[in-house]
Amino acid sequence: MSTQAADIDHGDHDHGPAKGITRWLYSTNHKDIGTMYLIFSLVMLFIGGSMAFVIRAELFQPGLQLIEPEFFNQMITMHGLIMVFGAVMPAFVGLANWMIPMMIGAPDMALPRLNNLSFWILPFAFALMMSTLFMDGGGPNFGWTFYAPLSTTYAPPSVTFFIFAIHLLGASSIMGAINVIVTIMNMRAPGMTYFKMPMFCWTWLITAFLLIAVMPVLAGVVTMMLMDIHFATAFFDAGGGGDPVLFQHVFWFFGHPEVYIMILPSFGVVSQVIPTFSRKKLFGYHSMVYAIIAIAVLSFVVWAHHMFTVGMPFVGELFFMYTTMLIAIPTGVKIFNWISTMFRGSMTFETPMLYSIGFVVLFTIGGLSGIMLALAPVDMVYQDTYFVVAHFHYVLVPGAIFGIFAAVYYWLPKWTGKMYDEGLAKLHFWVSFIGLNLTFFPMHFVGLAGMPRRIPDYPLQFADFNMIVSIGAFMFGTSQLIFVYVLIKTLRKGEPAEQLPWEGAEGLEWTLPTPAPYHSFPTPPTVE
Amino acid sequence: MSTEQQYYIPEPSKWPLVAAASMFVTLTGLGLLLFNMTAGNDSMSGQLMFGLGLVGMAYMFFGWFGKVIEESMGGLYSNQLSVSFRKGMSWFIFSEVMFFAAFFGVLFYVRLFSVPWLSGEGAKGIAHMLWPDFSATWPLLTNPSPEQFGSPKAVIDPWHIPLINTFLLVTSSVTLTLAHHALKAGKRSLTKIYMAITMLLGFTFLALQIYEYIEAYQHLNLTLSTGIYGSTFFMLTGFHGAHVTIGCIMLTTVFIRILKGHFTADDHFAFEASAWYWHFVDVVWLMLFMLVYVF
Repeated sequence: MSTQAADIDHGDHDHGPAKGITRWLYSTNHKDIGTMYLIFSLVMLFIGGSMAFVIRAELFQPGLQLIEPEFFNQMITMHGLIMVFGAVMPAFVGLANWMIPMMIGAPDMALPRLNNLSFWILPFAFALMMSTLFMDGGGPNFGWTFYAPLSTTYAPPSVTFFIFAIHLLGASSIMGAINVIVTIMNMRAPGMTYFKMPMFCWTWLITAFLLIAVMPVLAGVVTMMLMDIHFATAFFDAGGGGDPVLFQHVFWFFGHPEVYIMILPSFGVVSQVIPTFSRKKLFGYHSMVYAIIAIAVLSFVVWAHHMFTVGMPFVGELFFMYTTMLIAIPTGVKIFNWISTMFRGSMTFETPMLYSIGFVVLFTIGGLSGIMLALAPVDMVYQDTYFVVAHFHYVLVPGAIFGIFAAVYYWLPKWTGKMYDEGLAKLHFWVSFIGLNLTFFPMHFVGLAGMPRRIPDYPLQFADFNMIVSIGAFMFGTSQLIFVYVLIKTLRKGEPAEQLPWEGAEGLEWTLPTPAPYHSFPTPPTVE
Repeated sequence: MSTEQQYYIPEPSKWPLVAAASMFVTLTGLGLLLFNMTAGNDSMSGQLMFGLGLVGMAYMFFGWFGKVIEESMGGLYSNQLSVSFRKGMSWFIFSEVMFFAAFFGVLFYVRLFSVPWLSGEGAKGIAHMLWPDFSATWPLLTNPSPEQFGSPKAVIDPWHIPLINTFLLVTSSVTLTLAHHALKAGKRSLTKIYMAITMLLGFTFLALQIYEYIEAYQHLNLTLSTGIYGSTFFMLTGFHGAHVTIGCIMLTTVFIRILKGHFTADDHFAFEASAWYWHFVDVVWLMLFMLVYVF
């Protein structure tokens, strides 16, 4: 058998990569698996992005223009699911795979085969999820939050396959998170105590904990949906003593930590990039760590702020309002620390730094609209309007996605051994930056004026703003082609990069040669 | 592993890919099966695909675990990898705890909020308007909408089979610990005896649980579809039963490995992992016994 041959060929020494397709299919290498994760997430970004194109094309003008409302519903649902589970989360796992072993001085992840399994589940899961679009009755059309009874009693028959796709994604995330957490706990180089770890590792440690804690809850809630649909259980049916609102409670118990899962690794990236290009140590390292831990703990007790209008007891509304506003404190600590790091630093503005500053500024805007939404009495007005859409896109696009871009540009020289084209990369940043603000900023206005989300049509008075939003969205989407071009150009004819391409960069990953060797640290380095 | 190298990196393996593909085939098959069942199709495609997936899973488990056992017995694994395995298993059990927590949370919500509200009590008692004749009881024998959800005649009496099952599982945890001590002391025949008793107790538990389900379905009209009591009861005990089944498979595997002479007095991770898992299902059962059956 081929594996036998590989055994003999490889022995137990660490060699370069295997030849041919099995290098990727059978990989146990954190860099190869990380690369697969990143490429997968880029493909998903374009698929999810093309769905956003469809949505914005339909909303370009009032009235039903291009697609049926039913298909519009499927597009908004799949756009959300693909961006959350297909683009953002795999990109972070890809970054974790590439960087954590290099940052803590390990040769690889702690459980390399499990690592490969958690990647290879993803293509299967998304094949299953996207195949539902071609089934009778169409794909999921109930929004990415799949509230019961829309997703149970009134769901298209394909919902069963959607449920199992979610199960697969959950399994993948749990395995990936176990791997990350075990790697960080057990593979740190001698001398690297927890409080000497780079911030990116800290944020991923907490993220992995959140993933292990809430992904099983997501599996539980979709299982209850499955039982309600096929075995007539009464979990989300008041006629049998259950409650549709119960779905929302369980879902958001997963869902709120999930949004921190999608932002904490970006916090980590930005905490690496800003000190480098400010040529200063990160300001308030310890307070940063405690802030992340506080955010993670709070994320378990704020979930019902997504449900202020469903009819909760008054005490519940108060409780969730206050806990939610508490989150502003640790988040504020982080933002002040980033700004203090830049304060009086010798700053330069290479592309990773531009993305990081863009992150700090725009994420703050998203955070502030978050505080507005956290106020239960006024949320009665904001609920389900475009204001909410503006809010979470401001935290996710310049939050999660800009963090990922910052990371890719920052570490690309170390990964590939080549420098990217700084001019083109800056163009990518500026077009993205303008495009995304053009897309999401006017959404605040139409939202406050009362335009509801998830509806394919709107009254005439919203027409101008929606046209601007659509133009911005096309601009933002198209600008990602520049990113792909930069990547291809880097790989094909990038200038060779130095071992330390950034003057102020610190950390074990920069002590490795460029490009980084196949197995990062075969023997552990010593950390002072 | 070369001497200057302190880390062990496993060589490339096809098993993760086989695992991902089998998981996909199994779950898609199960989806197809349920899809056909609810749509009233006679097609057997779901069953076939599900079966095929399970065969793939079995092949994968034998192959992957066999490979790991072979490498471990071959002395390839370092102490560090053993720590990684332990931490991995602990976090896996934590994820299982959270899975059960979701269902216990549902039980808590239903008993404290949704059922009382539907009968007019509490902050959201306005829900009583939906079914004005409904009054809350627990166990819920008459559902708010009896036309839609049938009424169970009674629920399982905790002081018969469930009490026996509690006794069986707690005892099995004790015998498993005794087996562990015997293994650490190098008394292998004693280990085998205690392991056999543990497995016997586990399988008896499962048999009694199946008997209890048959009783509930045939005589008590307590089913998945007779309202929220049945829904929570069968989901909690059912997932627990599924975990006991997995635990039994793990114990059986470990038992066979002991018979084959695997494990040493100080290196027996598979034994420990199975034992942790077994104690975990035991603790879940105690919670179930208290919160589902007794109170």
